[in-house]
Amino acid sequence: MTFLNLVISGAANGVVYAAVALALVLIWRSTGILNFAQGGMLMFTTFIAWDLVHLHGANYWVGLVVALLAGLVLGAVVERVLIRPIEGGPPINPVIVTLGLLLLLEAVAGMIWGSGVSSFAPEFSLNDYHVGHQLILFSPDYLFIVLAVLGVMVALYVLFQHTPIGLRMRASAFNPEVARLLGVRVGRLLTLGWGLAAMVGALAGVLIAGTQPGYINPNAFDGLLILGFTAAVVGGLDSPLGALAGGLLVGVIQQLLDNYVSIDLDSFYTFVVLLVVLMLRPSGLFSRTAVRRV
Amino acid sequence: MTSGLVLDNVVTTYGAVRALDGVSLDVADGKITAVLGANGAGKTTLLRTVNGLVRPAAGSIRFGGHDLLATPVERIVTLGIAHVPEGRGVITELTVEENLRLGALWRSDRRRETVNGLATVYEMFPPLAERRDRAADTLSGGERQMLAIGRALMSRPSLLLLDEPSLGLAPRITAQIMATLRRLSAEDGLTVVLVEQNARSALSVADSAVILNLGRVVASGAADDLAGDEQLRHAYLGF
Ligand SMILES: Nc1ncnc2c1ncn2[C@@H]1O[C@H](COP(=O)(O)OP(=O)(O)OP(=O)(O)O)[C@@H](O)[C@H]1O
Ligand SMILES: [Mg+2]
Repeated sequence: MTFLNLVISGAANGVVYAAVALALVLIWRSTGILNFAQGGMLMFTTFIAWDLVHLHGANYWVGLVVALLAGLVLGAVVERVLIRPIEGGPPINPVIVTLGLLLLLEAVAGMIWGSGVSSFAPEFSLNDYHVGHQLILFSPDYLFIVLAVLGVMVALYVLFQHTPIGLRMRASAFNPEVARLLGVRVGRLLTLGWGLAAMVGALAGVLIAGTQPGYINPNAFDGLLILGFTAAVVGGLDSPLGALAGGLLVGVIQQLLDNYVSIDLDSFYTFVVLLVVLMLRPSGLFSRTAVRRV
Repeated sequence: MTSGLVLDNVVTTYGAVRALDGVSLDVADGKITAVLGANGAGKTTLLRTVNGLVRPAAGSIRFGGHDLLATPVERIVTLGIAHVPEGRGVITELTVEENLRLGALWRSDRRRETVNGLATVYEMFPPLAERRDRAADTLSGGERQMLAIGRALMSRPSLLLLDEPSLGLAPRITAQIMATLRRLSAEDGLTVVLVEQNARSALSVADSAVILNLGRVVASGAADDLAGDEQLRHAYLGF
């Protein structure tokens, strides 16, 4: 039963990693850019929600929705203002720009909200469920987390696969030149893509912030970014479904190793998982190229 | 009335390379104009300059009263110009039907146009109908060419630009595609600019032709006359 419990709680954590991974994957597959600023962006939007809820007495749901909208706007602005001008330049440029943005956002958040830790109260209980006398490592808050992330993923799936705008976004991502010849305004759709990705990231930030008292500070989400990055790479970087699978896998492995080996090595496990996957299957478990080869 | 596609003294450069060196061209409405020439002659550059993917250093390009040099690439299709890029340019990650849908997506009446267009294209190219839900990267070369042409037709163009549609295709498929172009031009009054290496098959369907060499027009005239000019054929067309 312990083992099953570890898998359940690991998977629940993994769902949040999957959301961060999805934010990275959406941008990678449309622009070939790894958005290192994603951790800072979701930190910032989480602070905005926290500010509204805890300093201005807003309702949790208002805070959540504002964080999502702030993510949408922030992502779009980042694309227009920082990414668009360096399009087509050397590949190192987006690395430097997004890392710079990460540092900038962390510094600005420190100036506004201080660098101490703050707590974001979850809307639902963190007390674990019981089935009879058996404790299940799963709580109402985690149930909400799982439903929220899966709901967003389904919504994005429908948007991408079954709407004209989704078709335009995919065409822009896969072949911008042909898309333009077919009348698709590729620039706008890239902006929208960054906005949507950052919105998914913003969701992950608010969700994870509630799972531990004292979670939030300007650097608190660096670890989450690394976990999300690992999940994305494990999933093949260009596959949204891979992001979900990668997130679950990383969450479960992390939980098992924490429990059976040692929790002190927690952040080390992420790299082990990354290393093992890259050695066994360099293009990730779910990438399109890997699927083609099979 | 549309005045068709008119290029006047167009110069397109890539750094020091003058890929188009003063090209003037008057494309006859409702006819097939072949653009022939060796590798590197500037044929692809000509089409890319027309649709705005590269901007010329000098000259003018007009289409039906519109200044194409002032038109963004994304708007070109709305003027009635459709493009079948070199190497076909189907989006391999999308399905056959998604590729086709993209062709009509810019239209305000796209619901009706998509239904009608899909029916027309599937009737014209039955292999596409059988494979409509397959990813385009599972198609053969000939099927991809049909898809690229079908997608271009989905926008109901008045001018179709094709860049080497015969590239890598078996003679029989090439002949089929040429016959399709002939029919579209004759029955629907479609204007076609057909860029080809394969001069023989292009001249067999074209009404007129121009021959490019190193970015300049070195000969132009009725397709039959060019095909009959032995000196020209030996010098530039290689047959
Ligand atoms: N992006 C580019 N940058 C630099 N030079 C280019 C570029 N594209 C084409 N060129 C050069 O411009 C000239 C014309 O090229 P273009 O592609 O128009 O030829 P083409 O007639 O289409 O040849 P092919 O039959 O091989 O397709 C060539 O010398 C080519 O090397
Ligand atoms: Mg060419």
